Amino acid sequence: MFYREAGDFKTTYAKDSQTFPIRFDRYRYYVVMAVAILVVPFVVNDYWASAVLLPFLIYAIAAIGLNILTGYCGQVSLGTGGFMAVGAYACYKLMTAMPDVNIFFHVILSGLITAGVGVLFGLPSLRIKGFYLAVATLAAQFFLVWLFNKVPWFYNNSASGQISAPTRTVFGAEVTGPTASAEVKYLFCLAFVIATAWIARNLTRGSLGRKWMAIRDMDIAAEIIGVNPLASKLSAFAVSSFFVGIAGALFFAVYLGAVEVGEVYGINKSFLVLFMIIIGGLGSIFGSFAGAAFIVLLPVFLKNVLVGQFGWATDLAAHLEIMILGLLIIVFLVLEPHGLAQLWRITKEKLRLWPFPH
Amino acid sequence: MKTKLLAALTATIMGAAPALADLTIPTLNYRTGPYAPSGIPYADGFSDYLTLLNERDGGIGGEMIDEKECETGYNTEKGVECYEQTKADGLIYIPQSTGITYQLIPKASADNIPVWSVAYGRTSAVNGKVFEWIFNMPVTYWDGASVAVKYAMEEEGGSLDGKKIALIYHNSAYGKEPIRTLEALSEKHGFELLPLAVDHPGQEQKSQWLQIRRERPDYVLMWGWGVMNQVAIQEAANIRFPMDKFIGVWWSGSEADVVPVGAGANGYKSLNFHGTGSEFPAMQEIKSMVIDAGMGAGDGSKFGEVGYNRGVFAAAVTTEAIRQAQEASGKSDISPSDLRDAMESLEITEDRWSEMGLPGFAPAISVTCAVHSSPRLAAVQQWDAEAGEWNLLTDFMEPDFDVVDPLIEEDSMAYAAEAGIEPRSCE
Repeated sequence: MFYREAGDFKTTYAKDSQTFPIRFDRYRYYVVMAVAILVVPFVVNDYWASAVLLPFLIYAIAAIGLNILTGYCGQVSLGTGGFMAVGAYACYKLMTAMPDVNIFFHVILSGLITAGVGVLFGLPSLRIKGFYLAVATLAAQFFLVWLFNKVPWFYNNSASGQISAPTRTVFGAEVTGPTASAEVKYLFCLAFVIATAWIARNLTRGSLGRKWMAIRDMDIAAEIIGVNPLASKLSAFAVSSFFVGIAGALFFAVYLGAVEVGEVYGINKSFLVLFMIIIGGLGSIFGSFAGAAFIVLLPVFLKNVLVGQFGWATDLAAHLEIMILGLLIIVFLVLEPHGLAQLWRITKEKLRLWPFPH
Repeated sequence: MKTKLLAALTATIMGAAPALADLTIPTLNYRTGPYAPSGIPYADGFSDYLTLLNERDGGIGGEMIDEKECETGYNTEKGVECYEQTKADGLIYIPQSTGITYQLIPKASADNIPVWSVAYGRTSAVNGKVFEWIFNMPVTYWDGASVAVKYAMEEEGGSLDGKKIALIYHNSAYGKEPIRTLEALSEKHGFELLPLAVDHPGQEQKSQWLQIRRERPDYVLMWGWGVMNQVAIQEAANIRFPMDKFIGVWWSGSEADVVPVGAGANGYKSLNFHGTGSEFPAMQEIKSMVIDAGMGAGDGSKFGEVGYNRGVFAAAVTTEAIRQAQEASGKSDISPSDLRDAMESLEITEDRWSEMGLPGFAPAISVTCAVHSSPRLAAVQQWDAEAGEWNLLTDFMEPDFDVVDPLIEEDSMAYAAEAGIEPRSCE
């Protein structure tokens, strides 16, 4: 009923290969975009915009980045936190070295710098894979955090080793710094989310994405049919790190405003983003969003229910949150190892046939 | 039905419970995570003192105090979320973490809410000309580093020339704070400084202690927190480092740090800025009116510990500032700006401490517009493992202001330049 395909005739190749081939899907996508851009900034309060939506959007970018590497190209990475730190410190150095340049370009440049670092740490992937590669990227995680803690140049020799984002503007509106309004920050991040999701979607369904998936599914077979493993793996590392770097830069400059590398970009961050893509669904752009939403929103929701509504002790609620989240992760992975995206796919299939399943 | 459910759900998520009381104090506690052993006693002490005021006096100036607990787990992101959630009616923020303090310094300054980092956070916030809304009372890390060195110097008969002092520190903003001061002091007094970093959360420090064993420093200073402290004290006991030459900062000197080590910790020293034990009238009132009455925030087992007393200290100074704000503004329902003004002219004399039921608990406090910290004194306390109690060894000592103050001036002016702040004149 909802997904009527009758009448959805595709008369051109372009129409046949569009992202949302079903009309209902397409309209829903437009509605979501319109609400996100035109409605949300005007109705949300400060708490929602700066404490809930910002982390959700930024984690979604990081999840898309990791999903490209792990979900699409099959290269396991535990270095996400370290690469996010590269983005953050690149952004900080750029912001303080070139205060007159628009922050927008700083964020993109930070992504490019991270892409370079990512390629460097992606080099071992040519020789090793699976668990061994996971350990190599883990080394990247620890090395990068150590580096940013050790070398005072990265934090401009400040006494405490903290970096804090000075005020920077886009079109005269403050995006970073303490006085930036929540709506502007939200829209700034939203712009990056839309752009990265759009780029990722188009990369993954093009020839580059097909090469990644070929490598993921069986690298030897892929090599035999003419996929260059060197170029494919390194391009996956580069693109993935680019997105992760952007996420790290936004996380530091727009969301938190001040960062201590060991705490914010520690190994926990790597695991968190990995959980997101596993729960959301490997190899799916929608899954990256779903996973980010699950991991970011659920604890906030639980906290507000347990403490705000029931009035339970905060430490009890905090422990319960961890337990419930852990339990849900296990239940999810047992019931649907392909994540939320797969659940959504199945629902869609069912809805297409409903109410006549046979 | 569905819309009803949805509406209920949305209302739940928004979680905007209306403020019942007017004096709302949000507390960013951490009763979970690797730092919980240090976080729980403080949180209990703070809450219990507020409960005492509500029960005994009916709040402050006739207004009940509403404490809004928010669990941060010592995590910066959760701290930011807590701040955003409660800032609408929060009177003051006590961030309870150097990381969260750094987050809140620009945010709270823009939102016009005072922030009091209780002897942690950004040391240069002492300069009230630059940091209008931030207070770093009663003493800062740089003062602490100087007091520790001064104490060591007295022990050594007045000179540290040619001596070696190791600093074992948590590898974070918090742990790095004293390095700059210690470097300046090592130049002045001619001792050699050996900084040794320990990574979060701090259980892994075998190699650092191996180095201490090899280098044989005359003193070891420690800037540790949470589980890091007990591991360090255990390691020091293992290598038989003389405990009376091992001095921790005030966050490295509570029961949670020494009790697990047992007899080996006997003689360990740390800095402190308030009294120890529970022999104060107000503490006894807490015991009888709050804990024994079943209204305590915790199970009462932390009562009288150093961490607990620190919570009482923070709560006592905060509520005293609220009382003075009510007097100055002439209304009981004060705003965050009223509280800031009161904190800037805060006066707690020895007599006032006695009136509050805490005679001799802490030195007198007198804050000014230009100096957002007072009295900037610290004492050295020592652990008596047999009796199971901390004892103050010395009087409250002054740091070497000639070294610390220029550093504060330099760092705060650098911040002012970076953040585009025009320092106030404070006339």
